[in-house]
Amino acid sequence: MKASAPLFAAALFLGLSPAPLHAAEWSGALEQILKVGPEGAGNAEAAKAWGELTSHGAEVILPVLEAMETAGPIARNWMRSAVETVFERELAAKAALPADQIKAFVLDRKNEPNARRLAFDLYGKVSPDDAGKLIPGMIDDPSSPLRRDAVGQLLAEGRTLLEAGDKEKSLATLTRALDAARDIDQIDAVAKLLREKLEQKLDLPKHFGFLMHWHLIAPFDNTDRKGFDTVFPPETEINLSSTYEGKDGKKLSWQEYATSDDYGKVDFNTPFSPLKQVTGYAYTEFLSGTARDAEIRLGCKNAWKIWFNGELLFGRDEYHRGQRIDQYSLPVKLKEGKNTILVKACQNEQEQDWTAQWEYQLRVCDSTGTAILATDRKPTPEKVAPPRRPAADAKPADAKPTPAKPAQ
Amino acid sequence: MFFSRLALVSALVFNALVPARADWLNFRGPQGSGFDPAAAQTPAELSDKTLAWKIPLPGRGLGSAIVVGDKVFVTAASGPEQQQLHVLCFAVKDGAPIWERRFWATGRTMSHNKTNVAAPTPASDGERIYALYSSNDLVCLDLEGNLVWMRALTLDYPNASNSLGLASSPIVVGDTLVAQIENDSESFAAGFDLLTGVNKWKLDRPKSANWTSPTVVIKDGESIVALQGSDGILGLLPSTGSEMFKVAGGASTIPSSAASGDQLFIPSKGLTAVKIGVSDVTPEKVWNEANERPGTASPLVIGEKVYLINNAGVLTCIARGTGARVWRTRIEGPFSGSPVAGAGDRLFIFGETGIGQVVDLSGEEGKIVSKIELGETILSTPALSGGALYIRSDGHLWKFSGAL
Repeated sequence: MKASAPLFAAALFLGLSPAPLHAAEWSGALEQILKVGPEGAGNAEAAKAWGELTSHGAEVILPVLEAMETAGPIARNWMRSAVETVFERELAAKAALPADQIKAFVLDRKNEPNARRLAFDLYGKVSPDDAGKLIPGMIDDPSSPLRRDAVGQLLAEGRTLLEAGDKEKSLATLTRALDAARDIDQIDAVAKLLREKLEQKLDLPKHFGFLMHWHLIAPFDNTDRKGFDTVFPPETEINLSSTYEGKDGKKLSWQEYATSDDYGKVDFNTPFSPLKQVTGYAYTEFLSGTARDAEIRLGCKNAWKIWFNGELLFGRDEYHRGQRIDQYSLPVKLKEGKNTILVKACQNEQEQDWTAQWEYQLRVCDSTGTAILATDRKPTPEKVAPPRRPAADAKPADAKPTPAKPAQ
Repeated sequence: MFFSRLALVSALVFNALVPARADWLNFRGPQGSGFDPAAAQTPAELSDKTLAWKIPLPGRGLGSAIVVGDKVFVTAASGPEQQQLHVLCFAVKDGAPIWERRFWATGRTMSHNKTNVAAPTPASDGERIYALYSSNDLVCLDLEGNLVWMRALTLDYPNASNSLGLASSPIVVGDTLVAQIENDSESFAAGFDLLTGVNKWKLDRPKSANWTSPTVVIKDGESIVALQGSDGILGLLPSTGSEMFKVAGGASTIPSSAASGDQLFIPSKGLTAVKIGVSDVTPEKVWNEANERPGTASPLVIGEKVYLINNAGVLTCIARGTGARVWRTRIEGPFSGSPVAGAGDRLFIFGETGIGQVVDLSGEEGKIVSKIELGETILSTPALSGGALYIRSDGHLWKFSGAL
């Protein structure tokens, strides 16, 4: 049953939450949607529930937003489309909308981050001016999608100040923006201005939480890409003083490695020279001040596997299709004290110049992308000027990147 | 009397099950091959005079528009990480927005900058829309925008992704939605139930990135879905996934085949024509032309002619029966989208720089008879329906109408 607009408006006027009046009407539908599972389980029932939810008026918006707190990603999408369907319909009909409750939902930082962003967008449609006023206060918001707008404002403001010649205020504004930024594109944009226009020295690896100090061992074999599934000694024991037999009978031992790359790239080609059809391992330890939830975020264009505290987290046998920061996010539970991380990176047989990379980048952060720093984090290594390459090694001017396809 | 009633009932049932012929239901329309002989009328030219309407889109996409009745549908992805997925419905008549549904991507949204999470073209059976994204989110909505089912395929199959981006478009064949989720790691194709989205079948596929889309070929009078991949063509009964035929010898993983009746024209070692034949008969190679090599655009078969566009922007017409070259002409590329045609001897193609071209195929040589610059990147394939042409650019959905 759809609540009449006057009754609903009266409820709002009286400061009552309309939800309890009709809770029983939609609670069953919400429960049904929460049950959607893998491989399409529960879809048919969820479709009926979705129809039931969207048959209600605006009174259903808040309860559905609140239900997102316990929903998985699929159920959350069912709920999102239900909320938006009802909202758009009621907005078009000029029906009463619970604007104040939606705003309160946005401002309550305990609510689910994506649901809050959705609520913010809805609020912006009924009170665009007031929604705009909320943005500056979101500069330290735990919801990355909300914080993004606030960082964007500071970035624009800093750029304007810079163009006006006010370097002092610009520096302060852009520094605030960098401290708050969690999205890669925004961090890059702010860092570029701070470095190039304001000559600031930045420690981006620390800002991101990249792990810069490792022990490496290579090359083990990866002929015919078989190394990905082959269990080499580092997968069964970590003994940094041991030596092992590697590819072609070569004696291998662990060696220390530190990267100074802004984005934490660990390059196997540097200590081992460019190689093909090989497997390498990298090991490090992470001292955590507390036991807590965290994410290991990886970028890698080689086949890879990761073990965390001895347990295989994930592996992927894709080669040279692209790499970026935070390409893969792997939830982990940090122990208080020492945690171990082992990375396996396989290089394949391809010879094109865009397949030379044998590297990865790895950081530890929370679910919002905020860096978690080890209690014994060493200073970021100073950058060293890259050695001059002889002309014969220079990349040809017509070198092409990995081809983008899509025929559509 | 009984028979006439039976005929009436049958006609009603048939009409209820079979979408109106003006519909363009998936990537490259009928048989997923770009040619619709029922499209008797197509725009006379591409110009300001024939531009019916132009509608802004909330995000990029490479997928084509599809048309069902009086509605046109298109997908898009937006946001800094392309995590907002859109399904949009507009009125054919005037482009008025009818509804929009948005979802959060649940799988990986990384792609090469040139492509986009909304690279696959949605599909329809005339009653529902099936929207697949490179993030492996697969959404079914009815024509009014009611959510029917959702799948988050990356949650089900965690290594099924391509860091360059997936682009294969799904297709409805009979009572099954068929999709190729083919990549270097957890590579598969699957048939999905139209009403619930559950797997009817799932098949391991070669561990190799593949951007081609399935086509439909007729064998023994039955619609068979043809999956193209690095190892060749695999023909499957769409409802069960049972193997019906194989064409070995490898095939391209970028341009898709064109089907025409019981023949397939496969981008393989140049271009290879294969007659599928009847049951228990191995498909027969009719010809192969190593020098006729489709670029990114997929080939097109119209009657007794095959048309292909190579990566140098040369449009070539060859004889269907022999593979012999009939004529060549240069058109303005480069192209990511594929050509389409209706019954009017006109080929329509849009290039990456936003140039739309109409090639008259009725003469002894192809002749460009109309050209328009839309001023936006276009990486998609047009749709033809109801005498109109629909094309999506990076920023807009465009409709051209005004038949010859």
